[in-house]
Amino acid sequence: MIRVNHLFKKYGRKQVIEDVSIQIEKGKITSFIGPNGAGKSTLLSMISRLIAKDAGEITIDDQDLTKSKNRDLAKKISILKQSNFTTLRLTVRELVSFGRFPYSQGKLTETDWKHVDEAIRYLNLEDIQHRYLDQLSGGQQQRAYIAMVVAQDTEYILLDEPLNNLDMKHAVQIMKILRRLVDDLGKTVVIVIHDINFASCYSDHIVALKDGKVVREGAPHEMIHSSVLKEIYNMDFNVERFNNHRICLYYT
Amino acid sequence: MTPKAKTILLTAVSAVVVTIYLFLDLGGNWDYALPRRIAKVLAMILTGGAIALSTTVFQTITNNRILTPSIMGLDSLYLLIQTVVIFMVGSTTLTMMNNHIHFLMTVGIMILFSGVLYKVMFRGGRNVYFLLLIGIIFGTLFQSLSSFMQILIDPNEFQIVQDKMFASFNNINTDLLWIAGALILAVTLYFLRFAKYLDVLSLGRDQAVNLGVEYDYVVKQFLIIIAVLVSISTALVGPITFLGLLVVNVTYEFMKTYRHRYLLTGSLLISVITLVGGQLIVEKVFTFTTTLSVIINFVGGVYFIYLLLKGSRT
Repeated sequence: MIRVNHLFKKYGRKQVIEDVSIQIEKGKITSFIGPNGAGKSTLLSMISRLIAKDAGEITIDDQDLTKSKNRDLAKKISILKQSNFTTLRLTVRELVSFGRFPYSQGKLTETDWKHVDEAIRYLNLEDIQHRYLDQLSGGQQQRAYIAMVVAQDTEYILLDEPLNNLDMKHAVQIMKILRRLVDDLGKTVVIVIHDINFASCYSDHIVALKDGKVVREGAPHEMIHSSVLKEIYNMDFNVERFNNHRICLYYT
Repeated sequence: MTPKAKTILLTAVSAVVVTIYLFLDLGGNWDYALPRRIAKVLAMILTGGAIALSTTVFQTITNNRILTPSIMGLDSLYLLIQTVVIFMVGSTTLTMMNNHIHFLMTVGIMILFSGVLYKVMFRGGRNVYFLLLIGIIFGTLFQSLSSFMQILIDPNEFQIVQDKMFASFNNINTDLLWIAGALILAVTLYFLRFAKYLDVLSLGRDQAVNLGVEYDYVVKQFLIIIAVLVSISTALVGPITFLGLLVVNVTYEFMKTYRHRYLLTGSLLISVITLVGGQLIVEKVFTFTTTLSVIINFVGGVYFIYLLLKGSRT
């Protein structure tokens, strides 16, 4: 379990995270939602130690984040940011093999390669595993990066807007893969997501942030209500039930 | 061709170039000419290696293929030191001055400067680009100070300063070569402890942290290594960091890999080929009427215009 206690963060004079306390339970998909500038990505980056916190405490399985060795953390928690762009001439397979660095420090063993193969198979990348990244579409690249995180084989997987720039088909594909990671492999997934319908259909727990604070959190059936969403986004929503899912209509 | 085969090819080519340089027109003066030529070749391998290594690492930690360590202002600082010495005590004292003292003083000041710069920069936990920005500002300041003093001094003295502005292998002091060699070797050994992180660092900061690299610590070590290597090679032969830009880019084009194991050896070999080959041209074609860095800057400039044209077409 990841525990966040009284977390604060300032950028210059602007308080982007203010007294946030949440718990992220194991074996679930937790989604962070909220308007732009609410502090979702900042919170995710602090949990994954990419940026330093100003005050507060973050523990992963009761271990303080700042007191753990980075190499050990890399076997426990992985993070994928929203823009992954590299000028390196890398094939998909080579990129995925980077995921094994925390274990082998660059000298991959047979076990490492087995994990790489599995990750490639898991993300359906076998056909394109020897292609270079710059020859691939956005959706394929995103899948390659997720495969790298899968090869890293961490208990906690954090993704910052994994659906960014993806079309509907690929977005659904990625969300299904995340669901399988949780249901089949018992991973814990935390995502920052803008499309609340994806959050509604695929997550177990939703945390809503606004102006650096947690406004509401709960299961999708508690969160996806027009009154709750209005409080978060300051706009009107129609929530309809469809096949046991709550779908928001807000386009008109 | 695999990167391994390319490395072997480069090794063969550099061996051939070095052999030609050592034995071409040697005549009967083996005892006199050969040790001098060996010293020059050694100096070229040392500086070439130091520049290639520092530029490759620098580009990896900044994730930028057109930067060289000279952006941190070390080249300008070198020229400033030389100008100040001539300005204060005159060129006669400089030429009379003990070479060791002069060399160690120059290296010392340059390393000290980088140390202070890093110390101030890293206290606030700022990023590498901020450091570079400060480096550029200091570099410009040093340059302005140098040109100010160069305007004031006697034109004959200025001639001496001007000599120092271009790298040259024609007057290598053998004693200094040993000191520089030992220092570079020590730094390289220290570097090898961190070499495994380079591939991961080239994915960028976020990925490196994600994959368990103690990013700030490792980058700081690399920056120190770069500062020491650049200081030593610059103090030994003069400002020559443009060579790094040329060599590292050629290496990327030629090796077509992201693995630093091959990139580092490749850039070392290519820089030896460039330096020794260039020196061969300076000595045999131009009969010492020009210096090596002029040739390297010329060839490098042409190559970059080619890269730009090629890049704009695709």
